Order: sequence, then C-alpha cells, then structure tokens
Amino acid sequence: MKSGVERVSAYKVISIIVLIVLAVLFLFPLYWIVTGALKTSADILAPRPVWFPTEWTLDNFTRLFDRRSATLFDLYIPFSSLFSSNGEPILLLSGPVVPAAFRWLLNTVFMAVVAMLLTCITAAMAGYALAKKRFRGRAIVFGLIVCAMALPKQVILIPLLKEMALLNLYDKIWAVIFPTVGWPFGVFLMKQFSESIPSEILEAARIDGASEFKTFTTVVLPIIKPGIGALAIFTFINSWNDYFMQLVMLSSNSNYTISLGIATLQAETSIDMGILMAGAALAAAPIIIVFLIFQKYFTQGITMGAVKG
Amino acid sequence: MARQSQPAMSRALQRRENVSGYLFMLPSLIFFAGFVIIPMFICIFLSLTDANMHGSSMFGNFIGFANFVKLFSDKTFLRALWNTFLIVVVSVPTVCIFSLWVSSAIYKMHGAARSFFRIVFYLPVVTGSVAVTVVWKWMYDNYTGIFNYVLKGVGLIDKNINWLGDERFALWCIILILFTTSVGQPIVLYVSALGNVDQSLVEAAQVDGANNFQVFWKIKWPQIMPTTLYILVITTINSFQCFALIQLLTSGGSGTNTVMYYIYFTAFKLTEQAGHFGYANAMGVILALAIAALSALQFRLAKEK
Repeated sequence: MKSGVERVSAYKVISIIVLIVLAVLFLFPLYWIVTGALKTSADILAPRPVWFPTEWTLDNFTRLFDRRSATLFDLYIPFSSLFSSNGEPILLLSGPVVPAAFRWLLNTVFMAVVAMLLTCITAAMAGYALAKKRFRGRAIVFGLIVCAMALPKQVILIPLLKEMALLNLYDKIWAVIFPTVGWPFGVFLMKQFSESIPSEILEAARIDGASEFKTFTTVVLPIIKPGIGALAIFTFINSWNDYFMQLVMLSSNSNYTISLGIATLQAETSIDMGILMAGAALAAAPIIIVFLIFQKYFTQGITMGAVKG
Repeated sequence: MARQSQPAMSRALQRRENVSGYLFMLPSLIFFAGFVIIPMFICIFLSLTDANMHGSSMFGNFIGFANFVKLFSDKTFLRALWNTFLIVVVSVPTVCIFSLWVSSAIYKMHGAARSFFRIVFYLPVVTGSVAVTVVWKWMYDNYTGIFNYVLKGVGLIDKNINWLGDERFALWCIILILFTTSVGQPIVLYVSALGNVDQSLVEAAQVDGANNFQVFWKIKWPQIMPTTLYILVITTINSFQCFALIQLLTSGGSGTNTVMYYIYFTAFKLTEQAGHFGYANAMGVILALAIAALSALQFRLAKEK
C-alpha cells in the first residue's frame, strides 16, 4: 500500500517535470520571436545562438517600417463604382502615408472585428431559431450545416475566388469577411447554447404579447450572452489567422493583412531574420493579448462546440 | 367546436413558427448559401470542366471525368497524396495520445496551474501560422538555426544539416511544426471531458480495488470517447489542410508537396498551365471525399467500441 502511494507520487513528480520542460519548449518559439525582433544583426547572425540579446535595439522595426509604405486608410464613396465613369470606386479621403505594416494591422483589425460582429449577429439569430423554433425544413438546414462543418473549408476557396471575381469583390477585404461569416460553426455553437433556454420563458413572453423580435432581444440574448462571448473571441482569432483565405483573396499592398504582409516580406528578404522577427512580433502580439484577456470565454467556446447536438 | 378549432389554432401557431423561424435564419442563410453551399457546387461543377484562367469562357468546356483520370496518372499528384496521407497518419495519433497524456496530467491541478498549461499549449495556435512558420524557419536554418547548434552540441550530428532542403528531413520538420500547432485544441477538450467524468464511478471502482490504469481504461476512456472522436475528426481535417507551413517553408520542394499545396500551385503558380481551375477543383473534390471517408470510418470504429 505504502509503496503504491510512493510510486504514484514519484510518477507525479516526473510528469510535472516533463510538463514544465514541454511548456518551455512550446514557449521557446515565442521567446525567440520577441528577442529576435530586438536583437542586433550581429547577434542574429552569430554562428552560436545568442540566447539572451547582448544589446537591445529597435533597429529591426525601423527597417521593417522603412521597407514599404501605404496610406493609413482610404475612404471611398459607398457603391460609387456603380456610377463612376471608369467603374472604379471614387476616393473620398486618404489617410497620411505611414509604414505599410500599420495599414496591414488596421486592415486586419477591421476584418476581424467586422467578421466577428456579423458572425455573432447572424449566428445568434439562426442558432436560436434552430434550437427553439419548430419551423419546416429545420432538419434539412441543420443537416446541411453539420455536413458543411465536416468538409474542409479550403477546398472551396478556388470556387469562392471565382465567385468573388464575379461579385467584383476580389482584392477587397469583404472577400475574406463574407466566407468567414458564412462558415456554419457559429450557428452550430449558438444552437448548443440556445438549447438551454427554458421554453416556458419564451411561452410566457408570447402570452404577454411580446413580438418575436422583442422576445429575442429581451429574453433570449441575455441568456445566451456567454455563448456569444465565446463565439466572438473564437471568430476574432480564427479570422485574424486565416492566412490561406487572405492569400487567395487579397493581392494589393494596401489591402494586405498583417499575416499576408509578413509572408510577402519573407519571400522578399528571406535572410534578414531581424525584419522577419519584428514582423512576426507585430502580427502575433495583438492577437495573443486578445487571447490572454478573453481566454476564459475562448475555452468555453471550444468545449461547447464539441458537445454533440 | 373546441375540437374543430384546435387544429386551426395549431396551424396558425405553426405558421407563426415557420415565418419567425425563417426570418431568424435568413441573414445567416444568405451567407451560408452564398459563400459555402454555392461554391461547393461550383467546385464539383468545375472539376468536370477544363476551366482555366486564360480561357475565353469562365467555366470552360464540359469534359466529364477526364480531370480525375488524368490525376491518377499525374506523378506529382500521387506523391502529394502520399505525403498528405503520411502527415495524417503520423500526426493524428501522436496529437491524440500526447494531448490525452498532457490533459490527464493537468486536469486535476489547481485552477491557475491548469490554466497556465492550457494556455501554453494553445499559444502556438493563437500566434498564427505565418509568425510560427517564420520563426521555425530560422530555427531550422542551416547556418544560424538553433537545431544544428544544439544537436551538434550534444553530439547527435557532426555537421550542419540543411533541414528544409533535404528530402530525408523536410517533411518531418513540417510534421513537427504541425504537431506543435495542433495539440492546443485537443488539450482544452480533453481537460474539460476528463473533468466531467462521473466521479462516483471512479470512486466505486477504487473501492473495489481497481488500479489507476484500470480506472482509466474501464471508466474514464469510455466516457471521453465522444471527445476522442471529435478530436480525431478535427485533427484529421487540420492535417489534411496543412498549407501555410508548406507554402512558406519549402514551396512544395524537398519532397514536401501536399494535395492542398498542389491545388494552390495548379490554380495560381504552375507555369505552363497556370490557372488550371478545373484540374485544381478535381483535386479539391478528391480531398473532400478522402476526408469524408476517413471521418465516416472513424465514426464507425468508435461506434463499434
């Protein structure tokens, strides 16, 4: 009996040591990005790795910012391409010229935020309807959603590209946003959360004469709020990191996302590790901070999605 | 009277349910149909045509299954299919076993320690494929990379290896990175599944003298089976889609071509027949069928257990 207890604790000690070693290994690439971004070229090119920078410098960021520039933003008159003489949208206002990385970051934030908002709104409504409304064709819609979720999203990217070209959306940030919103995972997740709404409350609201929309905003939304939080953070991170979609849909410097911009720099300057680490740090830092702040919701979203419906 | 009005009432109610149901579904369905379902059909349709970037008509000519026939005599495609298969076969079981072990080691820890490990293993996913790839490319570098330095230091190799340029190693290097970016989600899932295992059953088994291994195998394992199945499916899909790593690290060279990369290459990069959309979509259809078949197989196996 006693030896059994000792063996268990020995196993525990060993497993904790292994876990700590693994944690260090998993954190190392991040450490290497951050220190690499702040190292001098001499430290970076040293044949024996400099584990801790001998001298801190922002030089890599300066060189990254000097490489490419773009206007901070361009505001077009909405739908002006429909009536302008050359079919191009009419430029209303341009921001100041800044290092392109800032424009890329702004594009990425815009993309992720809009995708997140649209996904949350549409998925909350649809998930509620699927869970609580006994409308005709409900089973078919839900079946389609489950099937689509099991299929690899990337397979349809080339047809999507054709479609975007037809819709005149190619090389526009919307071409990345719309398919993200269309991806049915969010609807599935919100259906799981909406199942927990007690039907009696909905019944009571109906008897009180509340309209369907009022019931949704005043009764349903407060109950599924944690679910929406989970979906929001999940969509934000996935959209930020969906490199393949961005690569296929966006082609001009001023429409790049930060991932795409860094990937392009990598193709251009594959030996200048300093610039690349600075770029990687710039691309990863915002999303990691968002993740750390909201990780509780995030965990919840991942686990809820796995519960079979 | 009452009996007659009953069905009329429920029909009105049914109509109200229908109308409100459709209205709530509508915004989501527009995006779902427009940007998922329609492209799926375009994909299947294009796979049966010779559509390409330069052709006069956007959708090319109907050529039946010629693309599929051609694919199975295309050596590059067969090699890419083999590599994809290898990635899936190696990474799916290792990801599952590793994340199950990590989860069982951390799920009983105090809240803060458990969160810490969960976050650490999830970070490579959050960091994003481009940032991750860029730093690994440096770590694998022939001259300034730490892999060569460390392995030489401990005496495992005696001269620098060009990891990503060498056919013997390149694919394994990519599988290693894929592994670090794949275990995050399974660990989160397993930690929550293990936490939900019925504790009274575990205690009952321990009272009956079951050892830890028996408790795990007979009590916990069956209860976390649905989670395992879900993890198998998402990891399979993820491994099949491995693209960014290949594109950024080797561009399909050094024997690392995969189906996903070859699709991209055929559609956008292949020099003499660039923009061969029909052919690329035929590969997409095959990839989708392969994933569907594997998912179905996994469900089947899990059910039998």
